[in-house]
Amino acid sequence: MSLAELICPAGTPAALRTAVDAGADAVYCGFQDATNARNFPGLNFTPDELAESVTYAHAKGAKVLLALNTYPPAGRVDLWRQAADTGARFGVDAFIVADMGVADYIARTHPGVRLHLSVQAAASSPEAIRYYCENFGVKRVVLPRILTIPEIRQIRKEIPCEIETFIFGNHGLMVEGRCSLTNYLTGQSTNLDGVCSPASDVEYVRHDDGSMSSQLAGFTIDCFGPDEKAGYPTICKGRYTAPHRQEGYYAFEEPISLNLSRLLPELIEAGVHAFKIEGRQRSKSYVRNVVKAFRAAVDDIRAGREANIADLVALTEGQKQTQGAFETKKWR
Amino acid sequence: MAVTNMTKLTLGPIAYHWSADRRRDFYARIADEAPVDEVYLGEVICSKRAPFQEADLPTIIERLERAGKRVVLSSLAEVMLTRERKATADMAAMDSHEIEINNAAGLYARGKRPHRIGLFMNAYNEATIKWMADQGATHVVLPTELPAPAIAVATRVARDLGLDVEVQVFGRASLAVSARCYHARAHGRTKDNCQFVCEDDADGMPLTTSDDQPILRVNGIQTQSESYVDLLPEATRLVGDGVTHLRLMPQAVDMVAVAQVFRRTLDGDHELSEAEAELRRICGDTPFSNGFFYGEAGYRRIANVNRV
Repeated sequence: MSLAELICPAGTPAALRTAVDAGADAVYCGFQDATNARNFPGLNFTPDELAESVTYAHAKGAKVLLALNTYPPAGRVDLWRQAADTGARFGVDAFIVADMGVADYIARTHPGVRLHLSVQAAASSPEAIRYYCENFGVKRVVLPRILTIPEIRQIRKEIPCEIETFIFGNHGLMVEGRCSLTNYLTGQSTNLDGVCSPASDVEYVRHDDGSMSSQLAGFTIDCFGPDEKAGYPTICKGRYTAPHRQEGYYAFEEPISLNLSRLLPELIEAGVHAFKIEGRQRSKSYVRNVVKAFRAAVDDIRAGREANIADLVALTEGQKQTQGAFETKKWR
Repeated sequence: MAVTNMTKLTLGPIAYHWSADRRRDFYARIADEAPVDEVYLGEVICSKRAPFQEADLPTIIERLERAGKRVVLSSLAEVMLTRERKATADMAAMDSHEIEINNAAGLYARGKRPHRIGLFMNAYNEATIKWMADQGATHVVLPTELPAPAIAVATRVARDLGLDVEVQVFGRASLAVSARCYHARAHGRTKDNCQFVCEDDADGMPLTTSDDQPILRVNGIQTQSESYVDLLPEATRLVGDGVTHLRLMPQAVDMVAVAQVFRRTLDGDHELSEAEAELRRICGDTPFSNGFFYGEAGYRRIANVNRV
């Protein structure tokens, strides 16, 4: 059985302390700039905050993973290198990277710090994963949310590194690290700027008939009846029409959360080393509740007890949830 | 003044599921009439489509080569299933033609033997390009969303390392790929029982917002821009920055005519205003965009001093 580490999101120093106190084995976080894929206003860490947070986490036996998982555009590589140097100086336990140039720099400059391959690198086959392991010494891969459990089990047998999978939170539809939808509509890039459907471009427009449309950069992403709750205009969760779908439909995916609670025992048995909870943009109380519930479930499973899966399922109660690609390839 | 008449025009791999007949006719015309120097062949988007093309591939390659075109074979962008891993490994083992790699699985299989870096490889910066060059890359296609200043820096470094540099200057931009097939989904099917509905949309399936604004195109697992990227007015600047190859992506328009417009303009035989007007006529109502180049929203069309 794998160790089943619980990897928890920390959008702020307070969220980091909350996650550590709630039983996270590791937290992941980023700086307040384009070097990480959650470059949202009001989120992330100054260098001083990171230094204090590493001290706090280490004192409680938790690790800190620094996300440097965006792609530097040519001419701006130094920002990513400096972020790596700063992280190494403060003693972070691993860097989460996607760009080959960034991975190469860290492997050469900070060989003592672990490298984790971000989901942003989109390594979805044993060969792709081995490429990063053999060339940059990657110790763990975060798998894209597109694989079934039998496929994960098979990959596990064919790669020399640990596996981390998402288990809870936002359900990404597109292959991460290969999506320019946000840049197409807003001029801010997910890969280069760490931005996805940015709040600064969001507008909710109330119409005369009481309906409400959610817009991103002037494009209507979805439209809601007077009694419907308006959702956030994420491009890949919008409703559009197609020539033979004039009624409007979720062309990519419904607004839905990923919740793999029921599959937790099977994933542990399949050899997944670490489970990632998505949500650096979430509140402290959200982080506390989710981390506590998963901590208890993982501890139960590791001790051979029946885990109280109902508690985990209830975390997304009232929201639509999915097991995504993990349960069946019919999702594809 | 940039030496634009030395610049090579390339035809990228067909992104769509065109029928075998349509492909044969298309490449026959390209071979006979299109002033392109290099043609990329191979299924990049969906491994299920590949068997439909394999039988004709040798004939098409021969036809193009006889016409003096250099043929490059492109590998799959997404590699996950056994058949995709095998197709990627088989292509990486080839010595008969140059290959363009679109997934790290292909890089792994290719080792240090020479290869081109495809559009999907995220060669965004000089450090990554340097790494790739050290591993045997001879040519790099820059990501479509890269803005002009980064293109300039990336190109300078790549050229200093001896690499050729390619930029897409025409056709829909690839905006995303997925494990899920959105064509099948639109028809209430899944990828495994898709029945190849994507064949019905030779230029992608249009998605429109609820207030009737065309926004995106679906092509199987790929999502594309509604607009055609058009960097004809920016071509001189790209060449001045050292870009050696300009890529035209096949769309369901007269691609011979598109190639002729670009070639004539690069050769200085065509006023830009005239060329743009002709490109406009060839492409009907499809909007043109160049926003990525100027660091603006990709769908936008930004006027520049050279632009009519």
